[in-house]
Amino acid sequence: MILSSIIPAHAVQPDEILANAALESRARVLSQNLRCLVCQNQSIDDSDAPLARDLRLLLRERLTSGDTDAAATDYIVARYGNFVLLKPPFLLSTVLLWLGPVLLLLLAGGGFVRYLRQHSDAPAPADLTAEDEARLTQLLDTRFPENRPRS
Amino acid sequence: MLPEIGHYVLIIALMLAALQSTVPLFGAYRRDPTLMAMAPHLAVGQLFAIAFAFAILTNAFVVSDFSVLAVAANSHTDKPLLYKISGVWGNHEGSMLLWVLILAIYGGAVALFGNNLPWTLKSRVLAVHGMIGFAFLLFIILTSNPFGRLYPAPLNGNGLNPILQDPGLAIHPPMLYMGYVGFSMAFSFSVAALMEGKVDPAWARWVRPWVLMAWICLTAGITLGSFWAYYTLGWGGWWFWDPVENASFMPWLSGTALLHSAIVVERRNALQSWTILLGILTFTLSLIGTFLVRSGVLTSVHSFANDPARGVFILAILVIATGGALALYAIRERELTQGSPFGLVSREAGLIVNNILLVVLAGVVFLGTFYPLLYDLVLGDKISVGPPFYNIVFVPIMMLLMTVLVFGPMLKWKRDDLRAVFSRGRIAAACAGLVLLVSLAVLLGSGWHYIGTALGFAFAAWLVLGTLFVIARRIRLGDGPLDTSLRLAASTPPSFYGFALAHAGLGITVAGITAMSSFAGENIRLMSIGDVAELAGFTFQLKEVGQGKGANFDYERAIFVIGRGSGTGFVMEPERRFYPVRQQTTTQAAITMNPARNLYITFGEKNGANQWAVRIFYHPLVGWIWGGAMLMALGGVLSLADRRLRIGMPQRARAGAMVA
Repeated sequence: MILSSIIPAHAVQPDEILANAALESRARVLSQNLRCLVCQNQSIDDSDAPLARDLRLLLRERLTSGDTDAAATDYIVARYGNFVLLKPPFLLSTVLLWLGPVLLLLLAGGGFVRYLRQHSDAPAPADLTAEDEARLTQLLDTRFPENRPRS
Repeated sequence: MLPEIGHYVLIIALMLAALQSTVPLFGAYRRDPTLMAMAPHLAVGQLFAIAFAFAILTNAFVVSDFSVLAVAANSHTDKPLLYKISGVWGNHEGSMLLWVLILAIYGGAVALFGNNLPWTLKSRVLAVHGMIGFAFLLFIILTSNPFGRLYPAPLNGNGLNPILQDPGLAIHPPMLYMGYVGFSMAFSFSVAALMEGKVDPAWARWVRPWVLMAWICLTAGITLGSFWAYYTLGWGGWWFWDPVENASFMPWLSGTALLHSAIVVERRNALQSWTILLGILTFTLSLIGTFLVRSGVLTSVHSFANDPARGVFILAILVIATGGALALYAIRERELTQGSPFGLVSREAGLIVNNILLVVLAGVVFLGTFYPLLYDLVLGDKISVGPPFYNIVFVPIMMLLMTVLVFGPMLKWKRDDLRAVFSRGRIAAACAGLVLLVSLAVLLGSGWHYIGTALGFAFAAWLVLGTLFVIARRIRLGDGPLDTSLRLAASTPPSFYGFALAHAGLGITVAGITAMSSFAGENIRLMSIGDVAELAGFTFQLKEVGQGKGANFDYERAIFVIGRGSGTGFVMEPERRFYPVRQQTTTQAAITMNPARNLYITFGEKNGANQWAVRIFYHPLVGWIWGGAMLMALGGVLSLADRRLRIGMPQRARAGAMVA
């Protein structure tokens, strides 16, 4: 049947799933943070590439043999480099990535404060004195009698 | 013969664009009414020329003229008509033609409907728009001619990638382009305003409908794309922080900021300079999106066959357009009238905070998208920036935005009192707090990581309830007789309801995202005929697997009977399709949707033991994600329907016309 040619089904296959549910759920969480090396921005959990499957199996193997989450991830990073981490590590070279947003926020906030200083310096107009008030009412009434409040 | 005419007509369009970008500009400078009056005619002429070329290319796809390279490479006689047509923009050349067509539609629309614009502004807007058109027409003619011929013509074409043969994908690209190409109008208005040296409330009122139109389409386009990914890619992912998704999300964020800052210009005659800058920035981000998709710096599901020469060309357009606009901005910025003063606590300040946060969010997406590229360039090493990064950085800033978002509409213009503002928001805040506490009480037993879930639901409640309270306050509900409230509700302009719908829509999206990321379930297993799988209280029995033939594919279809408790079941039929033309298999998930949850089934190929790998998913509230986003778009439509936008400021416009 032609139907059975190419493309395996998606991502995690039934035969990969570990019997131990706790281990499996740890594996799922970890594999969502690992990048499929041959895909664009896809985690190995989502990817149907054969290499992603290999990594999923490797990860499960490590977990079954007793690795902690960190150790299993480190094992894979040691082989494939930081590229495999979907969450880039905090390094000197990624400082701008991680702190950039904070910097942007501070910069924009600073600009805002400066803008406010320039623009809100004008003092709020003083309240009208009773005399002004009376004059205003009189003016409005003579100019716009139709607006006079009906009582 | 026809394709050659198409090519020729494109060159005519280029000539018209060249005239459009120069003559009216000179006319506006000389205050010469005849020269300025040419602008709308040239814009409409350009629109006709491009529409004609587009029609010719569409015709070539419909009649399967394989002597045209683009048709041979992307079409096939066996394809259903809808996909022959959508195939026009399913490839680089055709989609560029769609790009300039939409650009020309916007230009033509301003030419035809912009009757309330003063002549100098109108001709300058159209001239700047003509420059953009000229650049992209030149790009098409020099690097991406859609009418290139193939000799000898093959007997049949290569077909379209089966994954793209989907009704959702027929409308997703045009919608998306209507969005981010539409921001060209914001750019043209901004640059034209810089040339005029004047930004006033009237300007904001004129530019607003165009920005709104683009924003609505971009919102709908992104939503459609997300929904398409959900049902096509086979495991229910709906957002991936893929660079190309980011490319459409950045202009959306900055366009949203622009929409809000234009309100300040319109109502309070402040923030002019910043609004102009946002207009330039938003379109720049659109251009960056175009560059990302077509240059080959990134490879992705979305990208077209890449060619470095094209990338360099688009980069050049980007540098000239943005650089030119920013240079003009630097020269003219000081001449713009400085805004009216306002206090630290005021609607204006609230909108500035909104703008800051939205622009910072756009900056985060920008950093995440470009950092790996720069990293590779500078250090020669590769890193990945994926969803975990955005969850850590994007989400907290988003929470900040959502916190202030509800207060914004409660603030008074000019000057307000902080205590009074908090008092206006107290009931909504109390309700949201209650949601937080209840969710925590219910969920915290299951683990600490549910704190995020509880926060998500609390924010959703805060957005929806806070917005309802703003409406209630506006119509003085409970503050007088009911018929007064009803009368007020009826006389409240649609744009007010537009804002309410958009803000509440965000809350609904947030609820959907929260539920989906906390409570989605899955069951992946091998099943034989007759086996029963269970998930989330449902039973899924595999009844049979049959085969058949579709329009241009063979399929294998599984029939599942779904039951819940003792109730009668319903049937779900996922498929696997094989497209012989491309030798490709696709998965058609079976999805039953309702507001509370989706059930989602896909299946793989049969193994030696007559078993199928079956993946069953339970997706709670997932529909709310797109429902909320569509509400936002609908809010935009209501706002666009407001007649105040169309009436504008007639006296001023007429006065301007007379001067012209």
